[in-house]
Amino acid sequence: MAGLDLTGRIGGVDVSIIYFSLLLLMSACAYVLARGRAAEGARDRSFHSRPTYHGLLAFSTVALPMFAVFVAGAFLTQLVAERQALAALDPALVADSLRRGAALRQIADILSGRPVSGDVSALAAAVDTARSVRQIAAAAIYALGLAAGVAGLLFALRRITPDFKARNSFERLVSIVLMLCAGIAVLTTVGIVFSVVFETFRFFQRVPPLEFLTGTHWSPQTAIRADQGGSSGAFGIVPLLTGTLLISTIAMLVAGPIGLFAAIYMAEYASPRFRAIAKPVLEILAGIPTVVLGFFAALTVAPLIRVAGQSLGLDVASESALAAGLVMGMMIIPFVSSLSDDVITAVPQSLRDGSFGLGATKSETIKRVILPAALPGIVSAFMLAISRAVGETMIVVMAAGLAANLTFNPLDAVTTFTVQIKTILVGDQEFDSAKTLAAFALGFVLFFFTLTLNVIALAIIRRYREQYD
Amino acid sequence: MNDIAPLAVPPEQADAPRPKITARNINVHYGEKHALKDVSVDVPEKGVMAFIGPSGCGKSTFLRCINRMNDTIPICRVTGDLRMDGRDIYEPGLDPVLLRARVGMVFQKPNPFPKSIYENVAYGPRLHGLAGDKTEIDEIVVSALKKASLFEEVKDRLKDSGTSLSGGQQQRLCIARAIAVRPQVILMDEPCSALDPIATAKIEELIDELRTNFTIVIVTHSMQQAARVSQRTAFFHLGKLIEDGVTDQIFMNPRHELTRNYITGRFG
Ligand SMILES: Nc1ncnc2c1ncn2[C@@H]1O[C@H](COP(=O)(O)OP(=O)(O)OP(=O)(O)O)[C@@H](O)[C@H]1O
Ligand SMILES: [Mg+2]
Repeated sequence: MAGLDLTGRIGGVDVSIIYFSLLLLMSACAYVLARGRAAEGARDRSFHSRPTYHGLLAFSTVALPMFAVFVAGAFLTQLVAERQALAALDPALVADSLRRGAALRQIADILSGRPVSGDVSALAAAVDTARSVRQIAAAAIYALGLAAGVAGLLFALRRITPDFKARNSFERLVSIVLMLCAGIAVLTTVGIVFSVVFETFRFFQRVPPLEFLTGTHWSPQTAIRADQGGSSGAFGIVPLLTGTLLISTIAMLVAGPIGLFAAIYMAEYASPRFRAIAKPVLEILAGIPTVVLGFFAALTVAPLIRVAGQSLGLDVASESALAAGLVMGMMIIPFVSSLSDDVITAVPQSLRDGSFGLGATKSETIKRVILPAALPGIVSAFMLAISRAVGETMIVVMAAGLAANLTFNPLDAVTTFTVQIKTILVGDQEFDSAKTLAAFALGFVLFFFTLTLNVIALAIIRRYREQYD
Repeated sequence: MNDIAPLAVPPEQADAPRPKITARNINVHYGEKHALKDVSVDVPEKGVMAFIGPSGCGKSTFLRCINRMNDTIPICRVTGDLRMDGRDIYEPGLDPVLLRARVGMVFQKPNPFPKSIYENVAYGPRLHGLAGDKTEIDEIVVSALKKASLFEEVKDRLKDSGTSLSGGQQQRLCIARAIAVRPQVILMDEPCSALDPIATAKIEELIDELRTNFTIVIVTHSMQQAARVSQRTAFFHLGKLIEDGVTDQIFMNPRHELTRNYITGRFG
């Protein structure tokens, strides 16, 4: 929801920038002071920890509380300012959620000095309230922050004694910071999954899951018509599933063998010089934007396939799964080859020696010793490539079309999950129509799809892994 | 130290039995590094020859010349004349893969494949088609493991990974793997370095047994082991072969000062 910017400007400078400069400055001072004092003390007595650790600890005891004050203050200010501003507004306006949101946005704009359109005189009182709340809050944050910093500094300096285990404390602090970062990463993932699940659930209140999963007709546009319920729209994902599978399979048929064999060649046969040139070149291929590849697929490959097909007497659509799959395969070759090459090279030379020493040829050694030992890495390379293929949108949009045909014929036009998600969400949408919510359901299926792939891959790895140490 | 004149015994010496391998003026370079200098030596057929010498003197390097494992090191260059049964090992027409099937090797560091214990031993026989069916392979695997005195310890866990064994067990597994191919020559690079005295004694027993049919070259840092298992000994120093001869003579009555110092533990 729209809110109020916490911190305004003082003399044209963003308040938060001033605060953080102060934070850094004070922390740096704390570091220098504490390190100096510890170094001085260590001249007479032996200290448990080196001066640097006392310095680092002082740095954190200043920086962390100040940072915490800022974050908590920002959050509280936001809350209070919004509450007070709403209290100063016309209750009729507050009761209407749409108008309330717009008013809050406008207040925020006025406060941060952005141009506002329309008549905003009705908001004047609220703006003033919010402004004064924010000014008080900013002052409070500054005062509290400085106090916290100074307190932290004094605390840190007091702790500088020969026996204080600053090194161990710092170690603990580092592990806590790292844990927080890991926690944020995990929470974000969980949050995304939950929001997708939630929207999917809303979608399933309009369209029955069974119809969604087993329906063979996909045409979300019809659901917009107001006189029909969501259930009469066509939301069967089977054609999308077959389209996705068809294109990904073609892509993997291209990228799997070529990528793996290229990796084996580069790792085991090629001269170091060839390898030094070929590997970066292959990686450049991975860097080509998919829009460009989509162009290539639509304008070069698709017509070629069409001409070739016609000369064989085949009827080829101008947009075909084959064209998209081939180009997508090209796109993911570097994923397969580069990662596989890395894991193959990582297999210890002693295993090769052992095999050669028993009278094995190079290809026997590769087949029987190196590939099994590198299998987990190779499987992950393939998984990554498949995920890329399943998630790829641009190439399919350009080369395979939008038609949700239920077909396994690679010469037909097909469409995929990602393309449909994109098509549904492009342009202005009503947020709770079945059509829009379908995008989330598709996202959920896609997520489930890649998750299943990963589980299968893990199972394969566990079953066939030959772990070297 | 600079005036070391190698005192290699002339190959025509009377007490030497028929040589299986003859090396003349072998020089090995790793890039700029001259690792072996003019080494000439005979390895007698059906016997055990020990290579001794301080660390880094080129023992492993010479061993790797004999089965052409040095081919796998790009910077390594081998010159000189090395023959097995009178045939030049480095002649262009010779297939090193076939040579290595006949000249087995146990490496200095145990390097079991990350496969099951059974598969480790069956690897060579399968490659060379030494066994017709499953029962024949079973027989080969069991007998090789028994010879390497590992069978009793692993008979219930043949499906476990070879890398799950202890260092000493891995070493014996590598010995079993090498003898399962039934080579004519077995090159052993410190095969007992990670073994306890009992396992060492068993391996030495095995070596003693094998020498009736095979030619064995063993690198060892243990003087006692060299004295116990070998009939002939060669002493290397700084890439040169200082002297070689009948083991008893080398240990009782070395001709060269350096050898005497090394054997009596005054350096190395
Ligand atoms: N792959 C290699 N690349 C470069 N130099 C090497 C290589 N292998 C061995 N050398 C060098 O050749 C010399 C002889 O090495 P080698 O492994 O034959 O010694 P060694 O007698 O077996 O020693 P140790 O008893 O420690 O095993 C050493 O100086 C070593 O540094
Ligand atoms: Mg060695």
